[in-house]
Amino acid sequence: MKKNKFSIVLNGLIAENPIFVLMLGMCPTLATTTSAVNGLGMGLATTFVLIFSNLVISLIKNLVPENVRIPSYIVVIATFVTILDMLMQAYFPSLHESLGLFIPLIVVNCIVLGRAESFASKNKVFDSALDGIGIGLGFTFALGLLGMIRELLGAGTLFGFRIFPEDYGMLMFILAPGAFISLAYLIAIVNRIRKVS
Amino acid sequence: MKKLKSSFKNMVLVLACITIVAALALGWVNELTSEPIRLAAIAKQEQAIRMVSPGFDNEPVQEQYELTDYEGNILTCFPIKKQGKLLGVAIETFSMKGFNGEVRLMLGLKPDGIINNYEVLKQTETPGLGTQMTYWFKTDKNNQSILNKDPGKEKVWVAKDGGDIDAITAATITSRAFLDAVDRAYRAYMEHCGNVVDIVTTATIEEKEAQNEEE
Repeated sequence: MKKNKFSIVLNGLIAENPIFVLMLGMCPTLATTTSAVNGLGMGLATTFVLIFSNLVISLIKNLVPENVRIPSYIVVIATFVTILDMLMQAYFPSLHESLGLFIPLIVVNCIVLGRAESFASKNKVFDSALDGIGIGLGFTFALGLLGMIRELLGAGTLFGFRIFPEDYGMLMFILAPGAFISLAYLIAIVNRIRKVS
Repeated sequence: MKKLKSSFKNMVLVLACITIVAALALGWVNELTSEPIRLAAIAKQEQAIRMVSPGFDNEPVQEQYELTDYEGNILTCFPIKKQGKLLGVAIETFSMKGFNGEVRLMLGLKPDGIINNYEVLKQTETPGLGTQMTYWFKTDKNNQSILNKDPGKEKVWVAKDGGDIDAITAATITSRAFLDAVDRAYRAYMEHCGNVVDIVTTATIEEKEAQNEEE
């Protein structure tokens, strides 16, 4: 039984990684990963929303009539996103500023609604929270990795620490094309690894 | 437990309940965070003031007053004092001419209008190009720096337009916006000094006398 619970978390991290395998939520992935800190921050913010929305939606899944389930889920998700938005503004103002519009946009992130529909509305409360943790960490892992690669190649720094002089940085990796190129290579590498194992 | 049927009554009731609970939760969190959010904004402002005009012992945020720029916009001005003596001002200024919209700066001026330092508060310029303005105009290299320049006497605008300041490489528009914000604050402050007596310092009095003599 215990192994089973663990596999739910692992499922989100690897087998159903939202970025590398499910290919969901590409917009915040490409837009917010200009640095490692931004990528990780966005990932953790989404994880927070995923855990709590999965938990609550799993709690109320039998109370919500089938025909109004989507609006109900959206209200639950939007509530947690707004709470997160206010908390970040109060306690992490600089991160809130650099992520900007993408925090409110977590409401329409398809990963969150996707997990609510496909997992939380069919499974037990505890399992749903675990699924939120797994998928959230999978998302955070992908965004953090992408952010690190782009920050290193683009600006020559890693988490703000200088690795090599800025003059050798390839500006393109901080801009949009770099996001697409790095993400494509990451997905290719992950697919290769998955095929082998 | 079986799922509730999708009857009209059930749907209305459930949606109403969910929204009420959501509203209550949001109200509670809002109550909880409104004070820290306000404090965080003030702390940020104070930190920016400290960066551009260090060494004060008054409370600039409490003593702030408003300046009107040449287009009629309101700029906030924070007087920097030490033991009652005016060391300078920090002015929150802006420009809408940025490559991607608004650029906001905190500009520190000495009482006579010489630029002390600046800090970029908000910008959405191109990463790696326009974003260099956060340090470019502080760097003492070629003619980049605007520090210790007097916008009244020196040509503090980009060399491309006949000025003395080197624009950021490949970001002339951002540089223009930046210097527009500086110019806006300087002119507003100078106009204010010309009209209001209580913050006129020895430096500005001397300057006025010099002007009178010239006339």
